[in-house]
Amino acid sequence: MKPAKFDFVRADTLDEALGVLANEGTDARIIAGGMSFMAMLNMRLARPKVLVDIMRLKGLARIDIGKDVTVSAGIRQAQLLAHPELPRVLPLVSKGLPFTGHVQTRARGTVCGSIAHADPSAELPLCLIALKGQVHLRTARKTRKVPAEEFFTGMMATAKADDEMIEAISFPAAKGEGTAFSEIARRHGDFAIVACAAVATEKSIRFAVGGVADVPTARDFPLLEGSALDDALNTLAWELDARDDVHASARYRRELVRRIGRSTIEEALRCRA
Amino acid sequence: MLDLPRQQGWIGRDIERVEDSALLTGRGRYLDDLGVKPGTLHMAILRSPHAHADILSVDTSAAMALPGVAAVLTGEDVKKLTTSLVVGVKAPVECWPVAVDRVRYVGEPVALVVAKDRYVAEDALDLVEVRYDTRAAIVDPVAALEDDAPLLHDGFPRNLASERHFTYGTPDKVFAEAEHCISISVRYPRNSCTPMETYGLIAEYDPGEDAYDVLANFQGPFSIHAVISRALKVPGNRLRLRTPPDSGGSFGIKQGIFPYIVLGAVAARVAGRPVKWVEDRLEHLMASVSATNRATTIRAAVTADGRITALDYDQVEDCGAHLRAPEPATLYRMHGNLTGAYDIPHLKVRNRVVVTNKCPTGLNRGFGGPQVYFALERLMQRIAVELHLDPLEVIRRNLIPADAFPYRTAPGALLDSGDYAATLDKGVAKGGLAELLARRDAARAEGRLYGIGFAAVVEPSVSNMGYIATVLTPAERRKAGPKNGAQATATIAIDPVGSVSVHVSSVPQGQGHRTVLSQVVADVFGLTPAEIRVNTEMDTAKDAWSIASGNYASRFAAAVAGAARIAADRMAKRLARIAAAQLNVPADEVEFSGGKLHARGNPANAVSFSRAAALSHWSPGQLPEDTGPTIRETAFWTPPELTAADDEDHINSSLCHGFIFDYCGIEIDRTTGEIHIDRYVTAHDCGTILHPGMVDGQIRGGFTHALGAALLEEYAYGPDGSFLTGTFADYLVPTATEVPDPIIVHTETPSPFTPLGAKGVGEGNCMSTPACLANAVADALDVSDITLPLVPSTITAFFHEEEAPAPANIAAAKAATAPKSAGAKGEKLMRGEGKAQVNASPQAIWDMLLDPKTLESIIPGAHGVEKVSDTHFRADVTLGIGPVKGRYRAEVTLSDLDPPKAVTLGGKVEGNLGFGGGAGRILLVPNEKGGTDLQYTYEAFVGGKVASIGGRLLDGASKVIIGQFFAALARKAGGGSGPSVGLFARIMAFFSRKSSGGDAA
Repeated sequence: MKPAKFDFVRADTLDEALGVLANEGTDARIIAGGMSFMAMLNMRLARPKVLVDIMRLKGLARIDIGKDVTVSAGIRQAQLLAHPELPRVLPLVSKGLPFTGHVQTRARGTVCGSIAHADPSAELPLCLIALKGQVHLRTARKTRKVPAEEFFTGMMATAKADDEMIEAISFPAAKGEGTAFSEIARRHGDFAIVACAAVATEKSIRFAVGGVADVPTARDFPLLEGSALDDALNTLAWELDARDDVHASARYRRELVRRIGRSTIEEALRCRA
Repeated sequence: MLDLPRQQGWIGRDIERVEDSALLTGRGRYLDDLGVKPGTLHMAILRSPHAHADILSVDTSAAMALPGVAAVLTGEDVKKLTTSLVVGVKAPVECWPVAVDRVRYVGEPVALVVAKDRYVAEDALDLVEVRYDTRAAIVDPVAALEDDAPLLHDGFPRNLASERHFTYGTPDKVFAEAEHCISISVRYPRNSCTPMETYGLIAEYDPGEDAYDVLANFQGPFSIHAVISRALKVPGNRLRLRTPPDSGGSFGIKQGIFPYIVLGAVAARVAGRPVKWVEDRLEHLMASVSATNRATTIRAAVTADGRITALDYDQVEDCGAHLRAPEPATLYRMHGNLTGAYDIPHLKVRNRVVVTNKCPTGLNRGFGGPQVYFALERLMQRIAVELHLDPLEVIRRNLIPADAFPYRTAPGALLDSGDYAATLDKGVAKGGLAELLARRDAARAEGRLYGIGFAAVVEPSVSNMGYIATVLTPAERRKAGPKNGAQATATIAIDPVGSVSVHVSSVPQGQGHRTVLSQVVADVFGLTPAEIRVNTEMDTAKDAWSIASGNYASRFAAAVAGAARIAADRMAKRLARIAAAQLNVPADEVEFSGGKLHARGNPANAVSFSRAAALSHWSPGQLPEDTGPTIRETAFWTPPELTAADDEDHINSSLCHGFIFDYCGIEIDRTTGEIHIDRYVTAHDCGTILHPGMVDGQIRGGFTHALGAALLEEYAYGPDGSFLTGTFADYLVPTATEVPDPIIVHTETPSPFTPLGAKGVGEGNCMSTPACLANAVADALDVSDITLPLVPSTITAFFHEEEAPAPANIAAAKAATAPKSAGAKGEKLMRGEGKAQVNASPQAIWDMLLDPKTLESIIPGAHGVEKVSDTHFRADVTLGIGPVKGRYRAEVTLSDLDPPKAVTLGGKVEGNLGFGGGAGRILLVPNEKGGTDLQYTYEAFVGGKVASIGGRLLDGASKVIIGQFFAALARKAGGGSGPSVGLFARIMAFFSRKSSGGDAA
């Protein structure tokens, strides 16, 4: 379990990092916390020619709170979780983030790194989609913002081009919506078998599921109740095309989408401002 | 919870562990911490991605050419310098530590690289080219016995390595006359205790003396020393085997390093330099060793009031791909204890040992006990249910009565001591069973799923070396010669200043042997434990040892500590005579206390311990007549009770027998199926307790391992033999969060057969807890078919009502893409479909598909597509999906050609991340825009490393990759739209693409 040879660039400026991406393209990879990527390197699943460490870039160590909450690429999951404003401005994230890995991995893993990794069971991509957040991408020459739902394109696949890096992600700050987050895993901190996020306003419910389909998936419902809600969740459960693996059957996953989904939505409805 | 009366002296006290200051301050000296000689090389091992395949060729030339590589060895190379490892049954079967001609499990070593460092060695692994021809695999031990099952070894017809039938008493008659006959069939899964430190070794070869010197974190038993030296073709005195000062846990598993010791030794010989190898976690989970999985049908003849009069076992033991020493010991270790804690006079046993395409098995905490008791204790619960009796009452009525000890079980074990009913009663009272029963009633009244489970087990310790011979027939045993007993050794040494050293060959793996021995010896000499220095490093060239040395069968407290006591007593006898001469009292009136030897009743008449002890060094001539030197004393101890199996196959398989009575209350979440342990009570009698804190630690450790086995852990294999739990993300072990605090209750019934009255205690909960938890789940759900581990997904199937159907449109779509069957060799097929619009005519696309240049441009990373025939292409491919890259050989075939409308694109790929195969049917339908609608359906499979470490992602990733292939085709054909693609997806697509090979037939 030793990685293949690679060059390591500890970038001092954003331009330097983006320059490496521009020159090396698919052969270069950004490394931030490395909590998923180091394992891939050591298992030789990943063999980049160049690794670009962005954790020394001071400009990326920012959490900006305004109409949006913008989390830069250098922010570690533990830093976001410890931010005193988090429960107020992003209550869903403050409920979901404790399910991401463990204290130890959150201390190193970054928020944007989890988005870039695009694991279908990860909590942060799920929250980003549930909250209709955006991914801020940047190359040496241009920037663009991609809505979360367009960013995740498949199992660990994203709309990010080879010469782009995630500079930040942003979530709209909370405006009194009710939110709830639930997750079922074999052990706390394991990859979610099913993770549910719900955002309820006076008019509608936005409900997102992770861990089941290839990408976290959100649906917008009107304020449904009773069997109408059951039917909507049942349709979603089937649409997600759950699969069997060593931890759970497809049927179990669908069952949890229906049951945990319902209780998560009800909780979100209850805690509207 | 320990509430026992404190004894005199140091034994029985919770003194601080002498081991801990080093371990807690990062000063442990584990194998990988120790320095190596300059010039030491590092070994890496190429392992099979296939469960079953013939090796067609191994090309090592590119690996050899890599700078820094010293040697590359194949199975043939190893075979030249070694002989086959011994196989534990009489059969014409060989067992090599590296595959020769054929691989039989995922992870089996195929080639070794020795290089200047591990990085280069792993680089070189990527350059070894192995061509395989896969065979059908078999993973289920019962199915392996069927006539048409794939065969692993020609010498094991029907994959059966051994079959023996045993009859004790008159079970057939008893069953025929029984009031009730109750049976249950169970499967015990594959699991392991996964020590924190993996295997490691440093091997050296001296060509001048034709001798090997190996330092390895091997745990014993040292009977394996003979196996290794035989394999290396040297006498035992030319294999020096040493162990490092510390070991990061073993639980039996590190017995399984021995094939790697052979490999490391041979590699060092070939390379002409010392060779170091440290197993990584991927290797460990895939291919170190595991416990056996077992299929058991057990039947009891029972009276109306729940008394069992006879038992009938039918056990099918799965030892994996090779029967490595000491297997099939897992099956026979418990042979004398098949009647458990119960007084059952008649017994019938059918034992079959089967080989399958899984990792070979070996020692693992509990060693055969979990497998036996899961069957027996589940049966006890069934008896209660079927006869409408209280399960605790069924246990109670069958327990061996206290006045029956020592008690000879039907198959021959001599149970040394115990008062099972008293231990049970104490557990019931102190653990609060009445309260749990009330909680169950209350919970059930609210419609909650609450259950209570029980288990009563006898925990054997200090195994009889002769039990394994029970696998042989009496005639075969007579031919093989005697093998029985349980020898323990200990050496006490005194230096010129009179300080005391102790050495034992118990090879501790973290338990605290050094601390306990200091207590034992301090008590004899009237010293403090701090004054005794204990060394447990092992060196077969210098130390006193026997084939029974090592760390297994919970033998330390009962056997090794006892041997140390005997050695110390002998030394003390001589010291007393030395002191007696100086004190002018008879030797039997000399007492040892406070660092002095003094006359009984007159403490002032004393000589210091060190003065008396050192006399042998300074003035040997002054030793009293007939008093031997006091410089060194080695004791060898073997209990006479451990006799060889008799001609009726009675075997006293172990010397001591602790007793455990467990019960628990659990609740099952009706939504998620998660099991919450409300309370777990475990009552133990392990004889004399030498160190309460360590006993407590052993119980908690065993309980935690057992909790993992019951709820979380399984080495899972796909039907094609692919290994599915290659990382700790999929092989789930309990962490502190998942482990409740058990209530531990003790009674002490000293063993009359051991010097200190102690018995083993480290393995009992591994035997009792899985059955106890399973019984609680059975009670909560009122079901009988309980499988471990108790996965919530499976549990909910018992009570979730029928699933809400899919909306019609989704149901139809799912039906269309559901895999129709498994692949030709049992592979799990993924099925999918997709569409792309292409701005070119069907004929233009058709031409492209048959053109190597086009294929090259749409197969990601293809380096030159070689056209073998019009419909067969070969390509070398580096697949790069974002960060994930691998090098593969791809074979692409086109078949069922219907130009220009349809074609089947098949493929196979094989590379360092794994392999894949599959087939896709492509339809080219002209559309109204003058272009083509390209439609495809595919079936694909993926195996090898990626399946082991990324199983949960394979389906989705394959989908993306296949989509990418068609997107590339669409782009090449003049634009259009296809699915978008991502990093990992591309990688997997690569696999799937290659996997469009011939398997969908």
